[in-house]
Parts: sequence; C-alpha cells; structure tokens
Amino acid sequence: MSTPLIEITSKEVSINNYEEPFYLNLGPQHPSTHGVLRLVLELEGETIIGCDPRIGYLHRGVEKLAETLNYNQTIVLSDRLDYIASVANNVVFCLAFEKLFGIEVPRRAKLLRTIVGEMARISSHLLWLATHALDIGAMSVFLYCFRDRERLLNIFEKICGARLTHSYVRIGGVRLDFTQEIIEDLYQFTEEFPQLITEYETLIDVNRIWLERTKEIAIVSAETAINLGLTGPVLRGSGVAYDIRKVRPYDAYSEVEFEVPVGERGDTYDRYKVRMREMRQSNWIIKQCLDKLKETEGESILAEDAPDLLLPERVREPEPKPHPKKGFVFTGKEVPVVPVGEAFASIESPKGELAVYVISDGTNKPWRLRIRTPSFVHISAIPELIRGHMIADLIAVIGTLDIVLGDCDR
Amino acid sequence: MKEMLEKVKEKFNKFVLAFENRDLPCIVVKREGFLELMKFLKEEGFNHLIDLCGVDYLNYKPEKKPERFEVVYHLFNMNTKVLLRVKVPIPEEDCWQYSVVTLWKTANWFERECFDMFGIKFKGHPDLRRLLMPEDWEGYPLRKDYPLELPEEQEWKVYKELKARGSK
Repeated sequence: MSTPLIEITSKEVSINNYEEPFYLNLGPQHPSTHGVLRLVLELEGETIIGCDPRIGYLHRGVEKLAETLNYNQTIVLSDRLDYIASVANNVVFCLAFEKLFGIEVPRRAKLLRTIVGEMARISSHLLWLATHALDIGAMSVFLYCFRDRERLLNIFEKICGARLTHSYVRIGGVRLDFTQEIIEDLYQFTEEFPQLITEYETLIDVNRIWLERTKEIAIVSAETAINLGLTGPVLRGSGVAYDIRKVRPYDAYSEVEFEVPVGERGDTYDRYKVRMREMRQSNWIIKQCLDKLKETEGESILAEDAPDLLLPERVREPEPKPHPKKGFVFTGKEVPVVPVGEAFASIESPKGELAVYVISDGTNKPWRLRIRTPSFVHISAIPELIRGHMIADLIAVIGTLDIVLGDCDR
Repeated sequence: MKEMLEKVKEKFNKFVLAFENRDLPCIVVKREGFLELMKFLKEEGFNHLIDLCGVDYLNYKPEKKPERFEVVYHLFNMNTKVLLRVKVPIPEEDCWQYSVVTLWKTANWFERECFDMFGIKFKGHPDLRRLLMPEDWEGYPLRKDYPLELPEEQEWKVYKELKARGSK
C-alpha cells in the first residue's frame, strides 16, 4: 500500500574516513516543538538516523495529585492536560466517574457536551493548522486561523466564563445551560465556518511549497500505525476508519450523523486533508445538536443523583436512633461514599484516543487515576516516523502529529 | 466474545486466576502464562493496545489483593470491536513483568513509564530507562508509600543545588 521510507544512502563508510555520528539537541526551548519537547538527534549529514525524544519537562504529576483530591476537583486538573481542547479532557474524566457511580446523564446535558466537544475539536484543529503551516513557512494561514479561533473562544467565554481552561463539564451533566445569545452565535458560526475552511484551503491546498513539504513525508502504513498505537486523525490518515465516536459512541454521538474521513497513503498531506474534512464534519455535528437542543428546552442539565461538588469523607448508614438529649444521632456502620470498583472510559479527543482508567476504594478520592493521552503515544512514534528523513522534515512531522506537551507529560 | 473467553479458559486454564465482568470483560492471569496469553490474544485480533498501566494496591481496604502491584492492559479488537482488560498481579519482592514490546511497539513507552512510576522492571524491554522523571531521581513516585511532598532533606539534589545558588 505504501512505499517505504527513504533509504539512507551512503551507508558504507570506509574505515579510513570514518566519521563519528553527529549529535544535535533540538529543544526543549524550540518554537517548532510546540512546547518543551527535547529531541536528541543522531545525524549523518542532514539525514536523521536516530532520534531519542526526552520528555518530562512539563511533568506535574497529575495522576499522583488526583489521588489526593475529590472526584470533582480532579476535573480542574484535567483542564491542564490538553489545554488547547480542555473540554475533551473534562468529558472523559466525567464519563469514567459516571460509569463508576452509575449515573445516567440527561439528554440535554449530553447534547451540550457534544456541542462543546466539537467546538473544542474545531478550535484545536485551527490551532494545529495555524502552527503547522507556520512551521512549514506559510505565515498568512496562521493569522486567518487565529482570527476564527478567537470567535470560538469568545463563545466559550460566554458559555462558562473561561477561554481556555473551561471546567465546564461536571459529574452528572454540565455546569451551566446555554443562553439564547450563545445559540444564535453558534448558529451564525456554523453558517459561516464552511466558507472559512475553503478560504484556508485556497491558501495552501495547491501551494507548491506546501505540497513539496508534506507529500510523501513520514508515510505510515495502516498496520504500523495500529502497532505504534497511533490514534485519531493520524491513524485515519493511514486509511483506518477508527473513530471512537462511531465505534464506542458516548454522549450524543449515537444520534447525530457524520462521516469519518480517511486518507489513502498515510503521509503528512493526507493527515492534513483528514483534519480539514473533520472540521467540516464537526461543524455539521454542532448544527444538528443545536437543532436537537430545541426539543429538550427546559430540561434539566444535571442528573438528579449527581454527587455534590465535594463528597463527604465518611458516610454512615442512616440508622437514626432517638437520643434523650441530643435528638437523633446516626449510629450506623460506615458505608462507602462512592461505589467500589473500576471504570474505563475513552473518547475521541481532537488529538486522538484519550482514555481514563479509574479505580475506587470507596472513599471520596480515587485510588488510582490513569490517563492515557494521545500526545504521549504520538511522541513515542516520532523515532519510527522520522528515520531516514531530513531535519527540516522533522518539523513537519512534529506538526502533523499535533502534539501538546501538557497532554504528553501530564 | 464468549467463544473467545471459552477458548482462553480451555487453553490457559492453569494460568488464569479469574474472569471478571464488572464494566468490561477482564482476565486476571498469572505472570507465568502471561506472554502466551498475550500472543494468543494478538492472533485473535486484539491489535490495538490502548493502555498499559501499573496499580499499587498497598493497604487497599475493600478487598484483599493477592499481590501488591498489578499491571493492567486494555486491548481492543478493531474487527469485532471488543474491549478487553488483562490484569497481572506482580509481587513486591520479585518486582518484574514480561515486556510486550515485540507484540505491540506502543508498549515501549508505556512500560518505561510504568517502570519510572512503580519500579516494575520489564524483562525483554529494549531500552528501560526513566521517562518522565529525571534520570537520577530516587524512588518511584506513584507508589502509595511515596509522599506527595518530599521532606526537604530528601529533595532531588539538582533542585537543592539550584536553591542554594538562588539564595546566594
């Protein structure tokens, strides 16, 4: 299906003019690494023959911290993972906790979550396109994308008061309902957005420099992509239609229509195409959800049995006994605050598969909260993708994987 | 799915400790027969290793766990769309597990992270180094007996040096 990566030429080196491999340190403060990623490159001329990504510069120990926080408090931590699309992180945390607690979310809340999730996808993809194009050398795309991303951030500000770290979703539903103004804003946005995508495409779609820099770069075959654990648009660019919104639908994705765009060759250009088509699908999903929102006018946005924001440390079985002086006292034995057990939830975040595995021991804090983030896996695949390419292509590869270091290091 | 579990029961009877079905079908397997089971599952079509993580069950109150650590695998079959969990208990004194890098390349970093956080060594891993923590870090942060905040005398030596330089 795909051609192999470029073969390294002139591999035979005679002993007389043997040269030591040249090591280059890219990052951690390099603008094109999208954060604090450090890559130790082993070079032969300008060709990369080895690459060792060093991560951990943004490691804040979210998994350890979450073990000391209340369930609802961990959602605030989740904002800081993938700070480009923080709603997606909120949603996956809540889905896992709801599975653990056995809470069914009301339909209106599901629709609202779907809308903000897709808004996050569009704004994340816009930021990706802006920086990816900027890295490769197309400055003007950056300005166009940021202009339109600003509109979405303004809507986010109207929804929950925050532009980047939303904490909008909570266990059992969402925090606030949409006002009429927000719905009108969103309708207007969905009307205008498809033309804006066409605008970006006219800028770079047939641009010769863009094509030269993205076509046939970092080709991944479908089988290798699955084996490397790549997910999201990167995997779909290789032609595998694996989208969790379709495979294991959550929220309101089972009741909306959308297509899963896939690529053919699995090169950087295909992944770009997949993301552009995904933005159109997201736009369509938002529109459908807005229409459905009318049907649920006035319904609750929070499940009735949703837990309080702060769970109590201990709960005693209600077994009131009248006390001659103190009135009623509870003397029952202690019961778990939340059900004991484990839950696994995964969603299609803008960057790929985002999964949470939570284990509860019955107290108000999670025993273990494991977060599987797409950026972590994607960075681990860089050495495979880049072997045999030039240094300049490395910048394109980092861009095409769409990594966020907050997401990777946790 | 049921047929597959039946097959597992038949083939790996002496290694499987339990079949659970709380939120997902789950196989708890002994470390001895683990590699064969994973090879079998890969051949059955579980081609996507979603996640690999360690869990520390030190003083876990709700139930008595056989061993202190557990390594948990989440597998997905892209053809039949089945999600499966595999758990392997790991004793504290003999803290190692077989590596699955040869089956799924994505396990490489997951295992490095698990070693970094829990100190579980993976036999057969090509390059087992610390990943998120600095290379000269002492201790395994996600273990339950590791404090959230280290006392001042136990702090990382580079951090101490930086503080000393700053106070001058």
